[in-house]
Amino acid sequence: MNCEKVTGQKTGKTITPVLDVRGLGISFGMYAGGLAKSELTVMRSVMLKAFAGEIHAVVGASGSGKSLLAHAILGILPANARRFGDIFFCGEELTRELQEEYRGRRIALIPQSVGFLDPLMRVGKQVVGTLGTREAQRAAFERYALPSEAERMYPFQLSGGMARRVMVSTALMGRPELIVADEPTPGLSEELAEETMRWFRELADGGASILLITHDLELAMKHADRITVFYAGYTVESAPAADYAAGKSALRHPYTKALIDALPQNGFKPIPGTQPYACQAPGGCPFAERCGLRTGECAEDVGMRELRGGEVRCVHAD
Amino acid sequence: MAALERLRAGGKRGAHMRIEVRGVSFRYSPKSPLILDGANLSVSAGERVALTGPSGCGKSTLAKLMAGYLKPTAGEVLWDGRPLPKSGYMPVQMISQHPELAVNPRWKMSRILNECWTPSPELLRRMGIESEWLSRWPAELSGGELQRFCIARAIGPGTRVLICDEISAMLDAITQAQIWETLLDISKERGIGLLAITHNTPLAEKVCDRVVAVSAGGVHGI
Repeated sequence: MNCEKVTGQKTGKTITPVLDVRGLGISFGMYAGGLAKSELTVMRSVMLKAFAGEIHAVVGASGSGKSLLAHAILGILPANARRFGDIFFCGEELTRELQEEYRGRRIALIPQSVGFLDPLMRVGKQVVGTLGTREAQRAAFERYALPSEAERMYPFQLSGGMARRVMVSTALMGRPELIVADEPTPGLSEELAEETMRWFRELADGGASILLITHDLELAMKHADRITVFYAGYTVESAPAADYAAGKSALRHPYTKALIDALPQNGFKPIPGTQPYACQAPGGCPFAERCGLRTGECAEDVGMRELRGGEVRCVHAD
Repeated sequence: MAALERLRAGGKRGAHMRIEVRGVSFRYSPKSPLILDGANLSVSAGERVALTGPSGCGKSTLAKLMAGYLKPTAGEVLWDGRPLPKSGYMPVQMISQHPELAVNPRWKMSRILNECWTPSPELLRRMGIESEWLSRWPAELSGGELQRFCIARAIGPGTRVLICDEISAMLDAITQAQIWETLLDISKERGIGLLAITHNTPLAEKVCDRVVAVSAGGVHGI
């Protein structure tokens, strides 16, 4: 049992993170024609620590690898995926066996859409699942103001708001210490998105660690305690949410600064170019191609380093 | 050219390429409740209007009615004072929130792009569409990449008004700003009218000159 102590962001005391991802990478084995196999690397190097009582947002463009992180934590990657690097859960290395044991009990997933529910099963029964009880399900429905007849409905009968409440209820069947919420707000009205985020805050206040996966930087800035930014299969910056709200001078990585500048309420100024595919990312800094600070050093491997209370993957950040 | 079209549109003075929703009501089936009840709205070529409001208030339904995908239960949708054209190029084009549902999954991107007109290489460059993407299938591109194709496809020379239904809600901030920068440049150059449906108030204020807020219970307020 590896129980390394690190410093918690809020208290300053040494506490063990609920989730500690160290240099995680993922590749898919593919047939490249005939029986020849090739490896397609879709995640290169992800580093993040999430603590109890906090909402930790993972923000990135589509294709940056953030949903893969969720699947890697839960151990639901496809069979042809290969994982390298380490994931620690409450100080324990999260092996395949432990993932199976903890899934739904200590680690829960709140899926992205109603499409993840079984269309042919009444939602009450689905929420009970294999781990819950009818009482726990009814308590959860009551907590989220779902009418009692909702448990006898099929997924297609639910409105968008009810479906969201049902999916949050599924996470309450165990006593999860880590809740992974994958893009929980697209398609919701502003009020409903706010309400969903309030539920997450309540769960965090109850001692859980919430990993909020989203493409929406504004949502993360408003509701998370800490934000980690993904780019082309790498984490490039991890910092308190207040730094993102304070604007680009408080931030560290050139990509994060560009992201802030592109918000409509700020400059609304885009930088040119597109994110490279993780599989095609050149060695060295994945952002170098689009970066104004690029020098020869950027072609070499760049690790995450601590800087001003956050972490950054850039040799030029100061 | 514009004068000629005005002539064709009935020669009325002041009729200047405008989509007009007049007292439109709509229900999806005879038994279902009214989604829209007497809605009024107009967008002229060259004008940029934002439509905001809670979900379920009928914004997307209104967009589909204006682009001719749905027929109103009551009231009328007029283009230059006449019913929407039934044949030829539709001057009111719509871009949807879900690009992956707006393309044929069995067509390659080059065929999808050239479905209604042939965009110039210059336009593709401005939209940030890489030539290498043209030989791919829709499933091999991200949402942001697909949305660039859907926009290029919809801004043919005959397009006068473009309806953008949450076209950047699923995109990261940089891609969102890239897409709007190009779209605004092109619409200003060519005098295209825009109706932008969005939840994002700062975005609405940045891209539009007029914001129409819809309250719950239908677009009575329009």
